[in-house]
Order: sequence, then C-alpha cells, then structure tokens
Amino acid sequence: MTLDLKIDNPDPSHRPDDLAQGVLGTETDRPDGWAKVAGSATYAAEETVGDLLHGVLVRAPGIGAVTCPNLSDVRAMPGVRAVLRDDRLIRNAAQGMADEAPVQGADAADYVGQPIALVVAESFEQARHAAQVLDVVIQTKDAPTDPSAVDPEVPDDKQSAMGDLDAAMAEAAVTVDAIYTTPSMSSAAMEPHAATAQWDGDTLTLRGSLQMLKFNRNELADSIGLPPEKVRIMAPFVGGGFGSKLGISADCVAAALAAMELGQPVRVVQHRRNVFEVNTRRSETRQHIRLAADADGRLTGLGHDALVSNLPEERFSEPVVQGSHFAYAAANRKLGVQIARIHRPASGSVRAPGESVGVTAFELAMDELADKAGIDPVELRLRNIPEKDPESGKPFSSHRLKEALTQGAEAFGWSARTAAPRQRKEGEWWIGTGMAAAFRVNMVIEAEARISLRQDGAVVRSDMTDIGTGSYAIFGQIAGELLGLSPDRVSVELGDTDYPPGSGSGGSFGAASTGTAVWLAGMEIRRQLAERLGCDETELTLKDGLAIFSNRRVPLEELLCDGPIDGHGHVQPGDASEKVRQATFGAHFAEVAVNGVTGEVRVRRMLGSFAAGRILNPRTARSQCHGGMIWGIGMALTEELTHDRRDGHAVNRDLAGYHLPVNADVPPLDVLFVEERDDWAGPMQAKGIGELGICGAGAAILNAVYNASGARVRDLPATPDRVIATLPD
Amino acid sequence: MKTTLTVNGRPHTLDLDPRVTLLDALRDHLHLTGSKKGCDHGQCGACTVLVDGRRINACLSLAVAHDGDDITTVEGLSEDGKSPLQTAFVRNDGMQCGYCTPGQLCSATAVLREVEAGWPSHVSETLEGPATLTRDELAERMSGNICRCSCYPGINAAILEIAEESTDYAEAAE
Amino acid sequence: MRPFDYQRAEDTAAARTASRAGATILAGGTNLLDLMKLEVMAPERVVDISRLGLNRITEKDGGLHIGATVTNSDLAADMRIRRDYPVLSRALLAGASGQLRNKATTGGNLLQRTRCPYFYDTGTACNKRTPGEGCAAIGGELRNHAILGTSEHCVALHPSDMAVAMRALDAMVEVEGEDGTRREVALDDFYRLPGDRPDIETTLAPGDLITGVTLPAPLEGRQQYRKVRDRASYAFALVSIAAIVRMEDGRIADATLAFGGIGTRPWRDPEMETLLKGERPSAALFAKAADVLMRHAAVHPGLEFKLTLVTRLLSATLEEMTE
Repeated sequence: MTLDLKIDNPDPSHRPDDLAQGVLGTETDRPDGWAKVAGSATYAAEETVGDLLHGVLVRAPGIGAVTCPNLSDVRAMPGVRAVLRDDRLIRNAAQGMADEAPVQGADAADYVGQPIALVVAESFEQARHAAQVLDVVIQTKDAPTDPSAVDPEVPDDKQSAMGDLDAAMAEAAVTVDAIYTTPSMSSAAMEPHAATAQWDGDTLTLRGSLQMLKFNRNELADSIGLPPEKVRIMAPFVGGGFGSKLGISADCVAAALAAMELGQPVRVVQHRRNVFEVNTRRSETRQHIRLAADADGRLTGLGHDALVSNLPEERFSEPVVQGSHFAYAAANRKLGVQIARIHRPASGSVRAPGESVGVTAFELAMDELADKAGIDPVELRLRNIPEKDPESGKPFSSHRLKEALTQGAEAFGWSARTAAPRQRKEGEWWIGTGMAAAFRVNMVIEAEARISLRQDGAVVRSDMTDIGTGSYAIFGQIAGELLGLSPDRVSVELGDTDYPPGSGSGGSFGAASTGTAVWLAGMEIRRQLAERLGCDETELTLKDGLAIFSNRRVPLEELLCDGPIDGHGHVQPGDASEKVRQATFGAHFAEVAVNGVTGEVRVRRMLGSFAAGRILNPRTARSQCHGGMIWGIGMALTEELTHDRRDGHAVNRDLAGYHLPVNADVPPLDVLFVEERDDWAGPMQAKGIGELGICGAGAAILNAVYNASGARVRDLPATPDRVIATLPD
Repeated sequence: MKTTLTVNGRPHTLDLDPRVTLLDALRDHLHLTGSKKGCDHGQCGACTVLVDGRRINACLSLAVAHDGDDITTVEGLSEDGKSPLQTAFVRNDGMQCGYCTPGQLCSATAVLREVEAGWPSHVSETLEGPATLTRDELAERMSGNICRCSCYPGINAAILEIAEESTDYAEAAE
Repeated sequence: MRPFDYQRAEDTAAARTASRAGATILAGGTNLLDLMKLEVMAPERVVDISRLGLNRITEKDGGLHIGATVTNSDLAADMRIRRDYPVLSRALLAGASGQLRNKATTGGNLLQRTRCPYFYDTGTACNKRTPGEGCAAIGGELRNHAILGTSEHCVALHPSDMAVAMRALDAMVEVEGEDGTRREVALDDFYRLPGDRPDIETTLAPGDLITGVTLPAPLEGRQQYRKVRDRASYAFALVSIAAIVRMEDGRIADATLAFGGIGTRPWRDPEMETLLKGERPSAALFAKAADVLMRHAAVHPGLEFKLTLVTRLLSATLEEMTE
C-alpha cells in the first residue's frame, strides 16, 4: 500500500518527537562507512565484468567542424575494436533533471574539449594510445568565448524591479556600488565520471557515477534511442558529485553505444582532464551590487545584476540572485541575470548554484556597507531581516537568521573584534575576523521509497543515491525510528533504477524528499501493524522490536509470521511554495592571517551556525557543513578554472593546476545547529543542509582578510598576487 | 612482461604490458579496486599504497618496475576492515563519498611511521627533531591526499585519536 | 602512452648504452610517467635505473655525495642534510607531497620538466614539445611562467624547489659520460637557457647518466628557503628563495641567493650577490638588489605580480636574515 503526501500545508504534529526508538536526530555511524574503509565499496568502474572492453574519449582541440583523417589507421591498431564517431555522442553532460538527451553530435565541436569520438580497445593502454594517435582536424569556426565581448541575453523572467533604485541610491546616507567577479569553478569530485555498460541484446545495464537515476535513465534512453524500460542504471556508490553528475554524462552515452555496437561490456572512465571540460562547470560571474542605506544601516535599496555564461542551447543559467530576492528587506530593488552565449565548456549546477557565488558577493558588499556606515556587521544584518518575503509579501515558513547570527557571534567570540582594519599583527601576519550571513532556498521534489518489514529487520529501497551525503545512514534512522528498530536491523539499498524512484541527490533536497518518502513508507507499515493490533496508529509504540499498545507488548516477529509487511511512500511538492517562502539560514565567522609581505592568506578558524529544520543526523550533517565551509575556503582563496583568452579552453584542467583546498588549508572548524522546526517542511520538519554551508562562507573569509589587512578583494579568488595588489602600503 | 608482485602478503605473477601502472595492475588485473584512480597523475593521492612500507602514488609507477616488491593496499590494512584506524575513520565520519578514503588510510598509516622515524615536515619548527604529530603537522603531512567532500576535520580527528592511543601504549610500555 | 620496451639496467654501463641508443632513463618516474601518459613524452625505450644502488649519501671532500636515485624523502630526512644544509631539506619538504617525495629522486628532480599547461596540452602549440611549432603560452594565460631567461620561443618555468636550493649550495652534478668517465658539472653549466631550442634543457649528451650530486663543504651563515604558493601545501612555487647569508660586524659578508618561480632555470644572479657583499643591510640596499635581479626581466601580461612578489619576498628574507 502507498501512503501519499502532497505538501500543501504545515504539519504541526511533530510526530518524530513522539516516537520511541530514539535514533532519529542522533549521531549514528554511516553504515556504508565500513565498506568504504575496507576498500570493498565498488564504484562505477569497479564491478568485475568478464570480457570487458575499454573506451577512451577523444576531445576536440578547437571549435568547428571535425574530421579524423586517420580513422581507418586507428581502427587497425593493435587491440582496437572500434572508433565511434556516432552522432548520438553527447556534447556535454545533461543539466540536472533534464529528463531528455542533451545536445548531441560528433561532426562539429562547440567548445574546445568536446568529446568527438570514443576509441574502444581490448586494454586500457591500447585504447588510450589509439585515442592519442587519432588525428582530430578542426575547421576552425569563429566563435566568441569571452563573456564580456558579446551582447548578452536579457531574459524577461530573470529580471525584476520594485520601486526606484536609482533614486534610493541618490538619496541614501550610505551607499555601496561595486563590481565583484568570480571565476569558473569545477565540482572536481574525487571519482572521475565513469560508466560500465552491458548490453544483453534487449536491455542495457549501466553502472554509472550519477546523482539522479530516474532522470538519468530517461536521458540515457533518449540519447541512445531505447525505451526507458530497457535501461537499468545502478550507482550504489558515487564518489562525489556536487552537481557535476546530475545529468547523464558523455562516458555513459559513449559506453552504452559501444556496448550495443560490439555486444560486449564496455567501460569508459573520463580522464581527469576530461572531467574539467565535458561535464558542467560553475559559470564565471560578474556581479554589480548596489546598496543604499540610511544612516542606521537600514537598506532602502538593493541592486544585484549578474552576467553569467553558457553554451548555445543550454537552458541552465547560474541563478546568481536567487538568494538576494529574499535575504534582506529594501523597498527599492532591482535584480537580474544576463546570459552571455559563448563557447566555453558548458556551465551547470555546482554545489548551491546561485547562492554559492551570489550570496558570497552580496555579503562582501554588505561588509563594505557596514564599514562605511560604521555599524557592526552582525548588527547590520540583524537590522535588515525582512518580516516577510520582501518581493512577494508571503510569510516565511520559518526564519532563524537572527538566532544563527546571535548564537554564532556568541560562540565565535565576535564581541572581542576590533572594527578598524590592520589592528593586530604577529610577525609578518595581519590577523583579523569577518563574518557573513548564509541563505539558501529550500526545495522538495517528488520521491518514492519502499520499506519491507520482515522478521529479521527492515529493508529500505529507493533509486536514491548516496554521493557522500549520508543517505544510507539517514534512511536507516528514519525507518528504525518509525518501526522501532535499531539502525543495524535496517538495511538500506539504494542506487538502482529497479527500485522506486527517489528524488536523486541534488539541491540539498535528498534527505527531505526521499527521506520523507521513507517516512511515509514507514508510516504506512505502522498503519498496517496498528490495524493488525486493532488500534490507532498514533496509539502504537514501536521500540526495540516490540509493538506496544495499551498494556500489550507483542514482538514484531509474531506480527510478521504470515510474511513481511510492505509500505510504499510517495511525496510530492504541493502548493506550500505558493503560500510561504521557505529557506535555510545561517552565519559564518572566520579568523584569518594575511601575510603582509607575500599576500598569502591562512584561515585560522571558522565557525558556522546553521538553521535547517530538524537535523536528522548531526554527525553527517556536520560533515556536510564542514564540506560547504571548506568549499568556501576554496572559493575565497584558491579555486579558479582559467579559460584561454583566444579559444576559451580550460587551461589548468588538472588537479595540480586547479587548486582544491588541501588538508593544510583547513583550520579547526566549528559547526553549530540552530534549533528549528519548520512545519512546512513535511512530517519531519527537516530541510536541506548540504549546500547552506558554502553560501557566504567565502565572504566571511574575505571580510576577515579586509579586517586583518585592509585588502578589499573583489575579484575571487584572493590569491597572493590579488591580495598584494589591494594591500594598503 | 612477467612480473611478480607481493600484494597484502600474497605473491601474484602477472604477464603485463609494460605500460600498465601499478595502480591499474591492482585494480584491473588483481581486482583490488580499493586503491582509487582520482587523477592518474599524482595530483590527488587517491591511489596511495605502501611499497615496502612507504607510501607512494601507485598511478605514477610502472607495475613492471615493482617486480618483487611488497605492496600493501587498503584491503591489506587489516583482516576484517576494522583496524583501530579504520574504525576511527568511521566513528569520526572521516569520509563522505569514500573515494579518497583508501588513499587517506594508507597515507595515514605511513605518516604515523614517518613521524616515529623522526622525519621533519615543511611546518616543523626545527629540522633536527624530534617530530611530534600536532594538528598542523598532521595537516601538512596529509596534504598529498585531497578530499573534495572536505572531510579533513574528521580525517584528522581519526588519525590523531590513533596517534594518541599509540603514544599512550608506548608510554605505558616504557 | 606509446608502447615501449622496458629494460631494467644491471649497471650504469648498461644504462649509458641504452641511453646512447635513445632510451629514456626512468628513476622515480613521477614526472616521466605523468608526461608519457599524455604523450608529451613518448619514448620507445625506457631504461630503469632505480635498482643500481645509486641511492646512498656518502661523505666526500668535507661535503656530501648524493646518489642520483636517493629519494627526496630520504634526502630531506638525512640528519647531515638537516644539520649542515638545512636550505636543501627545507626546499625538498616544501615540494610535492609525502607520497611523491618517496618516489621522486635527486637526479629526476633536476631533470623535471616545466609545468607550463600549454606544454602539457598536446592540443596546443609548444616549442618545447615540438621545436618550431610555436608557443601557445605567449599570448595565453600565464601564471606559472618565467620572467627571467625567457626567449621569444619559450617562457616555461623550471618548477623544482630542490634545484633552487642546490643552486644556492653550489652543488655539482656528477655525470658518467658515454665512455664511463665521470665529470662534475656546475648547475650553471648544466641548465641551458631556452633560446631557439627550448626542447634542449640541459647540456647532457646522449649516453650521459647522472650518477649523483655533490655538495661542497657546508657554508657558514644562516640558511632559509621561503616559498610562496597558491595554497598552503602541494603546489608549485609562485616565487621561492633559497638564501644563505653570513654576517660579519653588522655587514653582509656573503649572501647567496637562488630563486624559483621566476626563471627558465633555477636562478642566481652573481651581480646582485656582489652588490650585497660587504654592505650594511638596509631597505634601500634590498630594493636595489631586487632592481638588479630584475634588470633583464621580460614580463608578459599576467606575470606582472612576480616583480612585486619577488621584490617583497627578497626584502623580507634579507631583512630577517641580516638581523
């Protein structure tokens, strides 16, 4: 039986608080952790498959029509089984939830690095060499690659205005009017995208490194011309995604085509250099931010205009101003995103698309405003918290920014700060602190899950993935809580399209969407158990394998002697989002040291306080927040994917040139969860936490750089050269 | 080429194309996929294994050049996958996606030995020792293992926990 | 990676013979395999010298002889290096990662190729890969590139930290020639400037084998290695300085300074060192030294920051070391 829920209204029942097992909300180990530390967790390229062939993607070194004059020579090389120049190869990874094939074709390259062939051979070494020998000749086409050199698209639905911002700026006691830029960035998950495809003459089975299987199945089926029911995708372990594995990727489509053509299993693993090109990057942004405030720092106007880029025909554009729509009150507003159509590698979702870069730049501007107005940065934010959504007038479902700011400031020791920059020096190092607020929209998407309660425990199944977020842990806790089982008696099986379609991992919606489906499935089983016992579900207590009602205590095994009980849960977003504005809030605090000689920046400590509804597992949630904060360190200080000014190609496309933060870049981090129950967030009152931690984190660091050294860096990242260039003498 | 590798205590003789890296020999020829390929160029550390007790990037090494060598991979760190270090990684949530984890574990195993041997690091105050495993020392020494999920706090907590335990044992034994 | 014949050399003579016949020498392989995978280097024969017993550090003429295959880890951890040549130990520890240092060798580190991204990208033109093809880096995105010793054909930077310290220490490269005789080559004579043949990086001839590096007797004075990079660890230098400074009566008796991150080879400037010698330390003197160092700098767009950075770093380093 299926329990359906459409989220139209708040649920004030707070049922998790009534349940008896006591595992939901506790620090539980990841059950998948043991396989990961033993090395037995198998990722997309690691399943042992007989007669496996190896495919290597070939990239276009230019933009324009493609020919391969020595194709037949390469086909005759030792071990080579095929060179696919199939027009079903995809140009770049599909956008998240595309649900259909992305742009396809191998005859012409729209950007440097586009995959235009797949070489398949008996060994990886043969395939790699043959791919290098394949001569790719480009009839170079003139194509713009610089976002500032084209007339951008100005889509109407991405522009909004209220009141008169220009007038507000003219009349304001204090203003900020500045341009901030962020570079292209890469998800750079540790597992390169990889696929192993098997074709049995009728059905395609693909092990992939993917985040959203129900969509990926349709995208793959559409790409290769099969009905979706003939495609099965498995992804029980995914080595990180961060948005780059939302949509079907080039390796999957190429491996599937090759397996179908050759009738043998084919594995395609993207080389790390491919990963930077053929998936989706975070667009560079140019952000014009205007703030108008009265002498008390109350905003009278705000403007946030962004320029981003993408390839032709891509529907995604980085939603830079998403957070600015609701972050602060101001009567006069102008927000907009413009899109430059250029021929750099495709852009798409990367951890917290929109707010990660938008909130970061906006919070830099807020710091400049605080400085100019002579108001403490925490106080400035407190003074501008809106009572309701500043544009739509809808109430907030729950709003805990104030608590995040004040509790975070207290725990960090913010009051000890000196407002003026350049007040503390240790040797060559200037020391200072900074803060920023964090904002992130909250989403629920349709999801299903099934639980089977058996005498030996419960099995939870969904095609939902765990990309490191903790799905395995949390679903075990939810099912255990509802069914009165310790998590070790719940097995969670994920990442297989044969299971009910979950939400997939993305947009921080996994735990709250698929988690709610698991909750509903568990609730359905409770209903059936109550029926067997002749009581109401709310009167039933399940704990430690016992069903307790009135003064009866019945072991679950007894209730299940006729066979297992199945429950199916199905959640859909309803019209809640039309009634309320829902978001998550937080605050970041950072202490940094800035070398006055070299411009090097070292983060000395960070604290983040976050309100994201009920925290289902503080340990995995804390790890997510650490991740976000460290991404903030990368955004603020080290990460920049450089494009060649002539052809837009990703120049530093390896992990030596693209600087992810390493262990030594990361100081001790504190995470504080602000108590919150958002009744509009479904029966568990839980919201997303995976992305909030990055939103604004980089701004806290750069604001601390200013407080420490007086260097105001508006072009990210603040590498030593940029810091030196802005350091006062 | 005929090559004999002793992996996790067991000798294996393979006939390999000289181009096969130690990493690919482990993953594709011996089906020991615990060692991961993150970049294939020594830029991430996911492939870290121990050769004759020392940590190296298996991706930047030809298998044929390791003929006769003694190799330990994550699968060989313990019988049951639950050594104190492995357990500490789980308890401290020293992983998210898990892809860099085997490399972190192999690297950490070697770091503990390097510190014991008195090797200095870039952040050591003095070169002449003795080496002590402070948080900053650990962070520097583990910087050859990138974790994009950014589990460094959990990873460091797990390793420091084990380092303290072994110091306690050492002190108790004295 | 192109198919190749792999041979494990039994002795240095076999390695030399193979090298003479065109084989590429494999020691640690941390850079060679990296480049072979991308077919930036595509040797048909590879001769492995990792088991020739060239991995010992021995005392020689009051200094030290370091075998060619001593790993960066062993060299950095050697107590004699730590005590008498701390600048070398520091430079090694500032480079790469623990794993790479366990594999990378002394000889290999000297021969490590540039990290210019265009050199690594076979889809773009590079005179270092294919002489005469052109240089895509010039006019492109420059960061880890040189401002000294460049030519119109190449702006590639020498990426080593170790070699910078060795340059300051006046290390000599021990080379076994085709006929088996050993000679010592100063680093100044070892590295070529790119000129119109950036593909030829050293004065080694076919059949030559690096068997070791000799460090002269320890120098008096303070030693320091400072490196500025884009993250706290595991990154190449934006600018680095190996400095050995000896003071006498408040004056600079000797200042030996080698630089990384700015030159097409580990950089030293005798004229600048002469300028400092015998002088009382002052901000003006240090600024003048930087001007001398930079007098021939060719600064392509994107690299302007290196002038500022090296000037600031040089002044701060000298200030600290002459206190």
